[in-house]
Amino acid sequence: MLQEESDLSLMIAQIVQKLKGSNLYSQLERQAWASLQRPEIKLESLKEDIKEFFKISGWEKKLQNAVYSELSVFPLPSHPAAPPEHLKEPLVYMRKAQGSWEKRILKSLNSMCTELSIPLARKRPVGEQKELLNKWNEMGTDEPDLSLFRPVYAPKDFLEVLINLRNPNYENGDSLSFRTHLGLIQVPLKVKDIPELKECFVELGLNTGQLGIDDSTQVPPELFENEHVRIGQKVLAEQDSAAAQQYIRQGSPTALRAELWALILNISSEPEDVLYYEQLKTNVIQHDLLVDSLIYKDVKLTASNDDYYFVFEDYLYQVLLCFSRDTSVLSHFAYNSASPPKSYIRGKLGLEEYAVFYPPNGVIPFHGFSMYVAPLCFLYHEPSKLYQIFREMYVRFFFRLHSISSHPSGIVSLCLLFETLLQTYLPQLFYHLREIGAQPLRISFKWMVRAFSGYLATDQLLLLWDRILGYNSLEILAVLAAAVFAFRAVNLMEVTSLAAAEAVLADLSTLKVMPLLQIFLFATVT
Amino acid sequence: MSRPKNQNYKGHGLSKGKEREQGAPIRFKTALMNTLMDVLRHRPGWVEVKDEGEWDFYWCDVSWLRENFDHTYMEEHVRISHFRNHYELTRKNYMVKNLKRFRKQLEREAGKLEAAKCDFFPKTFELPSEYHLFVEEFRKNPGITWIMKPVARSQGKGIFLFRRLKDIMDWRKDTRNSDDQKDDIPVENYVAQRYIENPYLIGGRKFDLRVYVLVMSYIPLRAWLYRDGFARFSNTRFTLNSIDDQYVHLTNVAVQKTSPDYHPKKGSKWMLQRFRQYLASKHGPQAVETLFRDMDNIFIKSLQSVQKVIISDKHCFELYGYDILIDQDLKPWLLEVNASPSLTASSQEDYELKTCLLEDTLHVVDMEARLTGREKRVGGFDLMWNDGPVSREEGPPDLSGMGNFVTNTHLGM
Repeated sequence: MLQEESDLSLMIAQIVQKLKGSNLYSQLERQAWASLQRPEIKLESLKEDIKEFFKISGWEKKLQNAVYSELSVFPLPSHPAAPPEHLKEPLVYMRKAQGSWEKRILKSLNSMCTELSIPLARKRPVGEQKELLNKWNEMGTDEPDLSLFRPVYAPKDFLEVLINLRNPNYENGDSLSFRTHLGLIQVPLKVKDIPELKECFVELGLNTGQLGIDDSTQVPPELFENEHVRIGQKVLAEQDSAAAQQYIRQGSPTALRAELWALILNISSEPEDVLYYEQLKTNVIQHDLLVDSLIYKDVKLTASNDDYYFVFEDYLYQVLLCFSRDTSVLSHFAYNSASPPKSYIRGKLGLEEYAVFYPPNGVIPFHGFSMYVAPLCFLYHEPSKLYQIFREMYVRFFFRLHSISSHPSGIVSLCLLFETLLQTYLPQLFYHLREIGAQPLRISFKWMVRAFSGYLATDQLLLLWDRILGYNSLEILAVLAAAVFAFRAVNLMEVTSLAAAEAVLADLSTLKVMPLLQIFLFATVT
Repeated sequence: MSRPKNQNYKGHGLSKGKEREQGAPIRFKTALMNTLMDVLRHRPGWVEVKDEGEWDFYWCDVSWLRENFDHTYMEEHVRISHFRNHYELTRKNYMVKNLKRFRKQLEREAGKLEAAKCDFFPKTFELPSEYHLFVEEFRKNPGITWIMKPVARSQGKGIFLFRRLKDIMDWRKDTRNSDDQKDDIPVENYVAQRYIENPYLIGGRKFDLRVYVLVMSYIPLRAWLYRDGFARFSNTRFTLNSIDDQYVHLTNVAVQKTSPDYHPKKGSKWMLQRFRQYLASKHGPQAVETLFRDMDNIFIKSLQSVQKVIISDKHCFELYGYDILIDQDLKPWLLEVNASPSLTASSQEDYELKTCLLEDTLHVVDMEARLTGREKRVGGFDLMWNDGPVSREEGPPDLSGMGNFVTNTHLGM
């Protein structure tokens, strides 16, 4: 009891500390001062009256949302004496693996830089700055020569690293036993099984209405859809983050989605935010980074070639170029097992005073990175809002998909969850694929790393991301991956090679996500 | 002068004077070597006839029609894919004339409000015949942009934008000069149309919508609307600064294909479903519903305007490709109607759409006599107009004017 209490007070203290530095705090202060002029505020009961005022005017709600937001992002309470690395990642071997992976990436980046004799960063001449400013809304028309650039790494390189992860304390032994992992991931992390997932994702059950199932044209809207939309509008009117998060577990109506996501992520477009974005834009104009070329290349290779996202090409540049200069992103490294790469001013290698984070936001883009942003363009059209939403999505969820950690939503756990689900509930399929050299994870890895962006139809993807936000977890990606295999099991049983298996699973654009998830979790005989 | 023989030439053709027996193979003929050929070849019970053979079904092109329709005798069951004088609807100058006439008639019969429903066509003038009227309108609205389109060409050929009368003075001089040299070639008729300067943009790009309407007869008017279609994007960002840049303003794939930005893999098309979802997430379902109702109105009014003019031969049916432009106020405008919409596929997705479109067209044409005639939906086609509005609800339509009459269309759904 005492431990819990001290944990709680520790958490409260930390949240208060965090919020004190935020914009909201100064706003509340201002509001409190302004409220003194109101007749209902009396000196004798100052504290209660101001609290009452906050409640009525909706400021308490805003504070509640901010606290809730912090709680969602805040790592699980740990021992007060734990060093900060434990907040990033408690397991030593994972930290080491992440460290060496980062070294490799940085080496690759540096060697590309030396090979091409391009500086990591340079100031743009004034003429170039003007040109870029004019072209800001149509950077997609630029055709710079990117043939010499290669993406720093691709998801399959990352997969190889994960496959080689080993816990030095864990003796696998050479002989097969019931403890042997038959999949690619060989680390013993705790993952949920279907009964636990059923409990966790209870709102996806067969008896609960879902958008993505109960709003199809054959179902009369009076049964579920109309009521659901009405509740959604109410949630938005109340501006309650926690309620929105609960609501969205059943899916978000198309018209309300943009606002609901903003509410859940606690994004409100204040003038300061727009100003901040403009500042980032100025940084882009003034300085050219090597990473920019990587971003250009990635957008041209992936999003521009996509049948649906090609339209949003310009927005992608506007978001990603600013993102790489945003130093506020550095704060998420407190709970990310990754650390921002450091670079040194020319000639001062090793001297800490001359170290800078590179890129400024500490995130090196990889092949397919721009696909995290593309679906958001569907919902947000104002660049600074789009930017804020993406940044928040990244520091809450997406970073976990390409860093090595033991977190239940981390990519390692997702891979293990996927393999375990398949092995446990579709053993024949799993065994068959393994025998023909088509380990299932080799196919599903790229889906999960991209959170299925670019593989599913956009409306289905958005329904899936609704649930990611609703459950504040990425585990649903692994469940969906397993559900897709289950759905195509009959065809997969007939293939005899990895290439053929890839072909069966090449096109997911016709899949309906929610029925697949529902059937896999709630309607399969276990 | 002997008529040149080619594979389209039917000659003094008569289909042999017997009624087609039920169950006998259906003989089809077409000149097109694309999706249509695939669909026809795969249809069970249909066989291709070559050259001079008799046919029960002919997907012809308009030039053959022009030359041969009038002296081709067709049995009762025979079907052909065009109406004799479809150009009343598909040639821009005729369509404008018919629409204007229809509008006047509506105003007389039903009042200004009803006539205003015909205002989906940007102000257009035939040149050179209406040149003076055009100049009057031009002077009333200085500084706006106009677009000049040749009446009978397609795929974006010959189109240009202008803002000053000087620009067309020069053009007029050029065409006059060329007339002096080549007497055989007639002066091409052009229309000058008010250019829509505030198109709805997605990702900074202009687009138009291609929608398919199948007309089985004009008297009575029976028209079907296909649920699928697509939005065609221009590859470059929209700006009014460069009216000379064809690639910015003309969204036909034929034009876009020649743009230096064109990447064939992209296809630059969105399926209508995707478009509808995008709009709904931006403007809400109600606004989208209104937009699509307005588009239904365009299809029906345009067909009604030529109903009395087109020779409604029972052998004829026609699949039209409507080009619609949406402006920033979510108002749809009719750009043109195509009698021979492109059936070549630009991507796998496109191929599937056109295959299904053509298969369903053949289902509606119903050479196999399988339909009862009471269907409101056949495949992807919804019966939009059956000598009167068709309601989504069951039972007789509520024509009292109030209430929840919802047209039986599901475009993009």
